[in-house]
Amino acid sequence: MKDIYGIDRAAGMEIGLYSLGDHMMNPHDGEKISAGQRIREIIDAAKLADDAGLDVFSVGESHQRYFTTQAHSVVLGAIAQATKRIKIASSSTVLSVWDPVRAFEDFATIDLISDGRAEIIAGRGSRTGAFDLLGYDLDDYEGLFEEKLDLLRKLNEADGPIDWEGEFRPPLRNAEVLPRPKNGRLPIWRAVGGPPASAIKAGYAGIPMMLTTLGGPAMNFTVSVDAYREAAQRSGYDPATLPIGTTSLFYAADTTQNALREYYPHLHHGFLAIRGTGYPKQQFAQAVDYRDALMIGSPQQIIEKLLYQYELYGQQRFIAQIDFGGVPYEKVARNIELIATEIMPAVKKYTKEDEEEVHPR
Amino acid sequence: MNVIALSGSTVGSKTRTAVEAAASRLKNANPQHDVTVMDLAELQIAFSDGRDYRDYGGDTSRLAEAIMAADALIIGTPVFQASIPGTLKNVFDLLPVNAFRDKTVSIIVTAGSAKHYLVAEQQLKPILSYMKAQIVPTYVFIEEKDFIRDEIINDDIHFRLDRLAEDTLLFAEAYAKIREEKDAAYDF
Repeated sequence: MKDIYGIDRAAGMEIGLYSLGDHMMNPHDGEKISAGQRIREIIDAAKLADDAGLDVFSVGESHQRYFTTQAHSVVLGAIAQATKRIKIASSSTVLSVWDPVRAFEDFATIDLISDGRAEIIAGRGSRTGAFDLLGYDLDDYEGLFEEKLDLLRKLNEADGPIDWEGEFRPPLRNAEVLPRPKNGRLPIWRAVGGPPASAIKAGYAGIPMMLTTLGGPAMNFTVSVDAYREAAQRSGYDPATLPIGTTSLFYAADTTQNALREYYPHLHHGFLAIRGTGYPKQQFAQAVDYRDALMIGSPQQIIEKLLYQYELYGQQRFIAQIDFGGVPYEKVARNIELIATEIMPAVKKYTKEDEEEVHPR
Repeated sequence: MNVIALSGSTVGSKTRTAVEAAASRLKNANPQHDVTVMDLAELQIAFSDGRDYRDYGGDTSRLAEAIMAADALIIGTPVFQASIPGTLKNVFDLLPVNAFRDKTVSIIVTAGSAKHYLVAEQQLKPILSYMKAQIVPTYVFIEEKDFIRDEIINDDIHFRLDRLAEDTLLFAEAYAKIREEKDAAYDF
């Protein structure tokens, strides 16, 4: 049975993919595909994931060099048309630089195109390019996001015209925001990274949390998970009803050694490009351990990592970033195959939540 | 090796004089290396607001990118109110976490009196350690009395700057070798 966020806990952990739409050369051969090919391959990957039975596919926006899905809602619209069953989400929508009305209209439309499969994962953005470009002041980083997330949720929960007033957008007077999504509401998540402050805000607001765990000891992120549930409890929500999702960089190959060899150049050069610092080999070598959050290794190794994380976080969803740093399409396709045939069945099997516990009679 | 010698103050001349002296010694003894002096007094540097260091533009990005591309740095600092100047701290704030990983950093301190000797030990080294620098343990501490009109007049300081220049390179080369061997040992 699905909850109000569209999650069936008795079916086990949802497994999905996400792309930031990064556009970089493949360091193995120095080739850089065109922006058009990159976008079409993201749509193809979504189709493949849909056919393979994965649960979610999401695309994020970054407004600067090395990226190509600035208009991520447009790409998600194309994915909505190209797929049949898979959930379609943003990862994330940098809501601070959006008009929430426009964001809601876009995603409600994607929801109607896809027959009720759209979700918004709203984040503050870890890159600052969008602020300058779209005319927002980085000094308002926090205020912009909190106000807009608040408005977006109001729009989502509205059953008719609403009035609203805030600092960063002209007031709404008796405004009816259309179209309405298929099921009346869109699942809206808060994207959370870094220190637990943002997790606590998500908990207080009783909003599902998508927590990024890009690497390092998985145990470190329990601080955010615990803080989220505690804050939710304190503000009157039942944490057991609030889904948590986690995200990580991901690369699987037949053997762990092959995964390391194939993926290291992508990770290192990708980090150099978007962060200006590379990825130390020592840290990468340690990441193989099942206790490290970076999802690298053989399918068996990744299953072990995910089950360990499930013990730590009890999350309802994991989404994998499988195309970072110029990973070519055939490897993306191979990763989808490994997830669908080996990783996902094992993980789902051991993460089914008891129906009685989830929906007590 | 790519070496940046940074004078961390926007006022006065002593730090710049000492940094230039160390840089020219390093350069003269090792003409095969690139040694560049950068002086905060000659650059227009923005205050850090947390953005990617490449996104500031102008002198700020130029300085940050030069530092990030360096194998070794000689950092010169005066002592202001028992610490490093805000201008130098701002340079550190502009850079990413772990910015000095795989980089050797050595230190030159200029100060009004010997009372400030431990400032580098207690205030500068912790920042460099946090940013993962390989720190040359011994720094050169130079007092006001060691200068006359932009000249270093204490012979001991000359010898010590010679040793600092040599040690900076020695540490950088040794670390590069260690790292090369270590990286080669990984099978990826």
